[in-house]
Amino acid sequence: MKYLPLLWKSLWRKKIRTIFTIGSLFVAFLLFGVLMAIRTAFTFGVEIAGVDRLVLIHKVSLIMPLPISYQSRLQTTPGVEVATHNTWFGGVYQDPSNFFAQIVVDPEPFMKIYPEYVLPPEQMKAWLADRQGVIVGADLAERFGWKVGDRVPLQATIWQPKGGGLTWEFNIAGIYDGEQGIDKTQFFFRYDYLDENRAGGEGMVGWFVVKIADPSQSQALGARFDEMFANSSAETKTTTEKGFVEGFANQVGDIGTIMISIASAVLFNILLIAATTMGQAVRERTSEMAVLKTLGFSGATILVLVLGESLIITALGGGLGLLASWLFVQQGDPTGGMLPIFVLPPRDVVSGAVLIVLMGLVAGALPALQAMNLKITDGLRRN
Amino acid sequence: MQWISQTLAVTLLNLRTIPQRLSSSGVAIIGIAGVVVVLVSVLSIAAGFTAAMQGSGSDSRALVMRTGADSEMTSGIGGPEADIIKQAPGLQRDGQVAVASAELYVIIDLPKRSTGTAANVPMRGVESTAFAVRDEVSIVDGRMFQFGTNEVIVGRGASGQFAGLTVGNVIESGQSSWNVVGVFEADGGVPESEIWIDATVLQGVYRRGNSFQLVLARLESSEDFDRFRDWLTTNPQLNVQVRRESEYYAQQSRSLSSLIQGVGFGIALLMGIGAVFGAILTMYTAVSTRAREIATLRALGFNSGSVVVSVLVESLALGAIGGVIGGTAAYFGFNGYQTSTINFQTFSQVAFAFRVTPELLGLGLFYALLLGLVGGLFPAIRAARLPIPTALREL
Repeated sequence: MKYLPLLWKSLWRKKIRTIFTIGSLFVAFLLFGVLMAIRTAFTFGVEIAGVDRLVLIHKVSLIMPLPISYQSRLQTTPGVEVATHNTWFGGVYQDPSNFFAQIVVDPEPFMKIYPEYVLPPEQMKAWLADRQGVIVGADLAERFGWKVGDRVPLQATIWQPKGGGLTWEFNIAGIYDGEQGIDKTQFFFRYDYLDENRAGGEGMVGWFVVKIADPSQSQALGARFDEMFANSSAETKTTTEKGFVEGFANQVGDIGTIMISIASAVLFNILLIAATTMGQAVRERTSEMAVLKTLGFSGATILVLVLGESLIITALGGGLGLLASWLFVQQGDPTGGMLPIFVLPPRDVVSGAVLIVLMGLVAGALPALQAMNLKITDGLRRN
Repeated sequence: MQWISQTLAVTLLNLRTIPQRLSSSGVAIIGIAGVVVVLVSVLSIAAGFTAAMQGSGSDSRALVMRTGADSEMTSGIGGPEADIIKQAPGLQRDGQVAVASAELYVIIDLPKRSTGTAANVPMRGVESTAFAVRDEVSIVDGRMFQFGTNEVIVGRGASGQFAGLTVGNVIESGQSSWNVVGVFEADGGVPESEIWIDATVLQGVYRRGNSFQLVLARLESSEDFDRFRDWLTTNPQLNVQVRRESEYYAQQSRSLSSLIQGVGFGIALLMGIGAVFGAILTMYTAVSTRAREIATLRALGFNSGSVVVSVLVESLALGAIGGVIGGTAAYFGFNGYQTSTINFQTFSQVAFAFRVTPELLGLGLFYALLLGLVGGLFPAIRAARLPIPTALREL
């Protein structure tokens, strides 16, 4: 501790150099944080997807509908807590670029299965009372400036209304919220409204979600469901919700690997810069080091001093960079709707911190060893 | 005149001594090369995706879908309506037969080769006219499927990306099984990600009765589009929208390519700042290790302008070397890399290859030079301002 002033002084020996090194570390860790947030965004919330929820889709593909009659058979299967159905609506609000997910649900079981969506009780009551009612995520409401009570029209792409035209009208009954990492950009409306008013496709739904009592039974129950509907006109394929989301993320491609390789390239680059800077800073001070040794500083102390200097630089630059990336991510999705889950997971903050310490040690290691092993006579002679 | 020869002399001296300062110059070069690799490779993803999507679209083909549908997937057109569409003026005719194909567009789940997880592979039911409409499609392996059977042909991209799509294989989907009898090419366009089958067979399997999803028509010429569209959209028997195929695919690729480009430029900008810091450090080091040299030159009467230029040129040279290394690495590492992603408009897979285009390489080199220039600026000014007596005394 008593060496701190000495460390501080040697750090600012060459101001410009130290500032630029800290600057490049800052940029590197800012990028690291943002890349990790993008990577998380492209996993579509696989971290929060439940293992106690199973998803049943049509065996041929997700776009094929399933009969709603499956629900009662699922509900009465032992081991099932709640079963419900969802349908993709795919409507357009004003312009196709305003994309957001619209899902047709059955309100009561839906809210039972997804407790992570938080909705005030009076809004839930309003939703149940209004057939045209819809609940929207807080982020979505903010994006379009919607308030409870607003009327929102959507243009149909798949489900045309019976009465002709393309427009479906909705009333915003509630705005749901949730913790960080929950997708708050969705639009949930009632199945009975859709089914009574659509021209064609009556009684058909997109997929089923089943909450089971014991997650360890998910495999067995999944197989059981698929068997129940085998050889029917609509065979099913059951996966855990987690597996379903993972599978979807895989369809997008290997964004995770791309992000991690970019981050590694960046960090390697900056590591090189930091290491050469430290090397140079020590080389310049060879004679000073020799003087310190003459004064009685042990080799080990010198080693710690150089490593300390390197660690301070990386901690300052990297720490500020991580902080800046966290602040940036707090602002929410920078693309305005394309990355609904935009958060920096605590896990990545921790790995960032570990990387900062590692970089400090690696960058300082070689010069520190050289300084430790320096012979006083050599050091004084060299200029 | 003298100024030029002085500048030339100092600059050459600097450039020739780069190898002596290999480690510090190496850092700047690698730093800049890293930025160029990332910039070029990320943008090559967007370039490849856009090329696959837009290469598929032709101005002289028109896509007819139901009003309100935002993609082939969500559209629906009845058989009788399809017959009316084929009578529209402006449409190319081969004898009595309209060069137009009424098609179905669905997806089936097949495992992705790379991950083994299910992927939404697009399957297109076509009529025999489909090959006249899309003249770029040709069979490269096996043979064409026979109409009325369970035979399918698969695009080259789909064959590479999804398991089981090779000639002679049978793929199972629900209660149906399809025999793969051929592989086709389509100039690298979207159809190469698809499985093609007889539309009538697909109608049966998907219980679509006599209905289709779209009609793709070849126009007599690209100028006939308006005539064709107006006839269809004013026809009271129809409820359809008409788009040029090129516009349709451009719109389909827009959001994903702009997302990738945004991410690519954002990352490159931030990385560039880091690399500039690296370059500045390198050039400061270069200047400070040669402070005595520079001071000597100036004491000998070389003017400070030539010193500034020499430092800038050295820094630009480092940038250029870094740019060339980075561009080469990106080209050999990523050009032609085959992958697939999902098109959110249709929820179906698009296979494409990364494309490191000459424009991207040029952009990378330009950025590298810019980084070199910015990195050299302050150190150059510093070199020129060094007070001669102090510098001569410096180590």
